Amino acid sequence: MTDRYTPPAEREQISIAPDFSAPDAQPAWRQDFPIDWPQDLYVERRDFLKFMILTSAAFTIGQVWIAAENWYRGRRGRPPVRRIAAIDDVPVGGSFAFTYPDEHEPCLLVRLTATEVVAFNQKCTHLACAVVPRPEQQSFHCPCHNGWFDIRSGAPTAGPPRRPLTRIVLERRGRDIYAVAVEERTI
Amino acid sequence: MAKPDHLYFFIDPNRCIGCQACVQACTECDTHRGESMIHLEYVSRAESVQTVPVVCMHCDQPTCAEVCPADAIKRTGDGVVQSARKPRCIACGNCVMACPFGVPEVYEDRRIMMKCDMCYDRTSVGRKPMCATVCPSQALFFGTREEIERLRPRSTAVNTFQFGNQTITTGVHVMVPREAASRAPHVDVAAAMDERPRSRSITLHVRPAPADPEPDTAEADPYAEVELRP
Repeated sequence: MTDRYTPPAEREQISIAPDFSAPDAQPAWRQDFPIDWPQDLYVERRDFLKFMILTSAAFTIGQVWIAAENWYRGRRGRPPVRRIAAIDDVPVGGSFAFTYPDEHEPCLLVRLTATEVVAFNQKCTHLACAVVPRPEQQSFHCPCHNGWFDIRSGAPTAGPPRRPLTRIVLERRGRDIYAVAVEERTI
Repeated sequence: MAKPDHLYFFIDPNRCIGCQACVQACTECDTHRGESMIHLEYVSRAESVQTVPVVCMHCDQPTCAEVCPADAIKRTGDGVVQSARKPRCIACGNCVMACPFGVPEVYEDRRIMMKCDMCYDRTSVGRKPMCATVCPSQALFFGTREEIERLRPRSTAVNTFQFGNQTITTGVHVMVPREAASRAPHVDVAAAMDERPRSRSITLHVRPAPADPEPDTAEADPYAEVELRP
């Protein structure tokens, strides 16, 4: 179908500013948000190249940033081992809130059975709302966007989250539960 | 292909008979089925049955596009102000507030503004807009300047409107009487807002009623003159 409107190749302006002044006398934002369709679709070769170069540069810098973060994380070492609670403090089906490895990371310890204990970071992997344990449904529930996680593995089961909850590796030493490591997972 | 440059839209409100044919024709279009983009407005409903068809005037300074925060209203190179681009329109209603002619409408259920685009699917292939094809009195006319000058010798086409301090030139022309256009080459809309129609004397051939009118329904002429008692 060729008999439809096709904008002309060169930039032309037919709409007039409300004060009838010339296009050159207009403020710069008018050039950025033109009313005329040909102008709106027109992309200068120089603008296109600038966009491509800046975008590629941003991606490259991002890759370097990620590599640097990984290297830095490797050097940071393991978080300290810390005692969380005694197992008798938490009833079966109950939970215990703590922070690990620092005070900005709220975590939840859930006692599933008499011997099974799990702990996860409380931040939902969708938008970092605090998840709520629902042991009767074998789930963690995020009320912000109705996200659901499996209570044993922390894997997302429903709703917007796509990554599992950050797991806190626990260790039993006698009657006490110790947090020994943070396991960040992507799948 | 675009709207042919030698074809223009002319509105002659004097000729509008309020038959709603344009509204029905517009409603049947598949691009906006069930919704009429043309508004048939009463000038002063309490005093007159005069109607006026309102289509998009396709301004050279489209105020709707000026105020659009989402950059959704665009004007093609042939001077037609298009309906809101669907991916951009946020249904904020700024254009509804801004348009001096009252053309755009926001459809809340669809979250989109839709307005008359001079039947772009038709005019861009050289056909007349639907309303202009069905108007029985040709109050809506689409054609060349030569045609309209031949058809309306006592009127002239005006496309300059004054709204207070804002002057707007439009792609659609309005036919005004030639002598009025020679006095003022633009339509001062704000000044006409408070104008009331001049009272005219109408003779109804009032006759004195007969002394003892017999109710004779058999011979009553339904088309007889109206009789008024003094």
